[in-house]
Amino acid sequence: MQLFVDVGRYCRLIYEAIRSSTEFGMYWRNIFIEMVKTGFDSLPIIILAGFFTGAVMTIQTSYQLVAGFIPPSTIGSIVSQSLLIELAAVISALVLAGRVGARIATELGTMAVSEQIDALESMGFNSVTFLVMPRVLAGIFMFPVIYVAAAVAGMSGGLLSGYMTGAVPVADFMLGARQVFSPADVSFGIIKSFVFGYIITSISCYKGYFATGGAEGVGQATTQAAVLSCIYILVADFVLAFLLL
Amino acid sequence: MIEIKNLTKSFGPNLIWEDVSLDIEEGETLAVIGKSGSGKSVLMKHLNVLLYPDSGEVLINGLNVFEIRYARLRKLRQQFGVLFQGAALFDSITAYENVAFPLRFFSEFNDDQIHERVMESLKLVNLADIGKKTPAELSGGMKKRVGLARAIVMKPNYLLYDEPTSGLDPQTSDEINDLIINMAETLEITSIVITHDMHSVLRVADKVAFLDKQKLSWYGTVDEMRQSTHQDLRAFIKASEYTI
Repeated sequence: MQLFVDVGRYCRLIYEAIRSSTEFGMYWRNIFIEMVKTGFDSLPIIILAGFFTGAVMTIQTSYQLVAGFIPPSTIGSIVSQSLLIELAAVISALVLAGRVGARIATELGTMAVSEQIDALESMGFNSVTFLVMPRVLAGIFMFPVIYVAAAVAGMSGGLLSGYMTGAVPVADFMLGARQVFSPADVSFGIIKSFVFGYIITSISCYKGYFATGGAEGVGQATTQAAVLSCIYILVADFVLAFLLL
Repeated sequence: MIEIKNLTKSFGPNLIWEDVSLDIEEGETLAVIGKSGSGKSVLMKHLNVLLYPDSGEVLINGLNVFEIRYARLRKLRQQFGVLFQGAALFDSITAYENVAFPLRFFSEFNDDQIHERVMESLKLVNLADIGKKTPAELSGGMKKRVGLARAIVMKPNYLLYDEPTSGLDPQTSDEINDLIINMAETLEITSIVITHDMHSVLRVADKVAFLDKQKLSWYGTVDEMRQSTHQDLRAFIKASEYTI
């Protein structure tokens, strides 16, 4: 029963956000603030996660491809394509479900339980337009940027670890990456990151906006936002792969 | 004038109160009293439509606030200033910016005019030197005063106070009571004070509404309250350790 209540309230929140988007011009500054918090501030952790994902993948792929007749450039092909199609988008989304999702749910949850959202409404603000819209739009706009950063960091990590461990020379890695590169793979990754950005920010806004019950309620909202975001990222990843590949 | 007619509210199976009816005249200060959980704050949140009732009406100058569209409702809400129980200051901005906040979005003022209006409000609550302090750096009483300054900065017609003296020491409570009286007199504002502090009620209120046993148990002037023999009201006042 609670599931239907949650789905109904979530749809209602998103409907309110879309319906009130005409007056978004009033709060346009908020979106830039949120873009910095969601995108720019997340870059260090994303670059770190992407770099090590690419590095580990290169070492593991070279370990698995022990047969002598497989050219080393294959490692570059596998690592680069895996990063572009899957890992850059999914790893960064899972990391940001914790970082961005938890931040949004905590911010809005604290505002909800301390009556700050009521205060906004009672001043005449549309709290959904003011609080939810900028966060969701910032997620949708910035996640593709984050995806590109994660992919570049992953390639760099793969390249460097291949060179340092002697698993694959730089030239072979680059040759393999170039051989399989397809703009369609990048488009697929960007579409994924749009969807993941929406999932994380909208679920976290929903959980935070409707948080109740003081500090414990905010804690629960934050945990649920991160966990649900992760689950829906994995489900959406499967659906998008099924539909688009 | 605010008319509350046959208002009933429940949350799920829990009835909060039913059939509440009372009038609040222009310029009057009404205190709504009752035990914790009697639905005082819930009643307040119906006046500016932060909550909707199960049935009944709230008429403001004849307009049923539950029937108007959201865009118009937001305009109507700007006629209300609200001092929330915990002040509900935005903790990411300074106290000054909290007061300036509604002006930046809902007024045509330039920065100088905004500054002038903010300082005027802060002076009214005796906090002209608040500077760039954030809400985290303020005491409970100061937070309430900043909340009050923010509530009056748009020059509302109605002021809603939710437990304005709760959690404050007696001296600070008295300062807040003085401010409530000062607001009502200086700005000629209609005030609704949600409280269980009888000292505050006797100082600031013209009329009193007592919520008890899921209904409006008693309603009248402060003088009538002093002479009332209503058993539950007398028990409530006695439990407040206040003699009238």
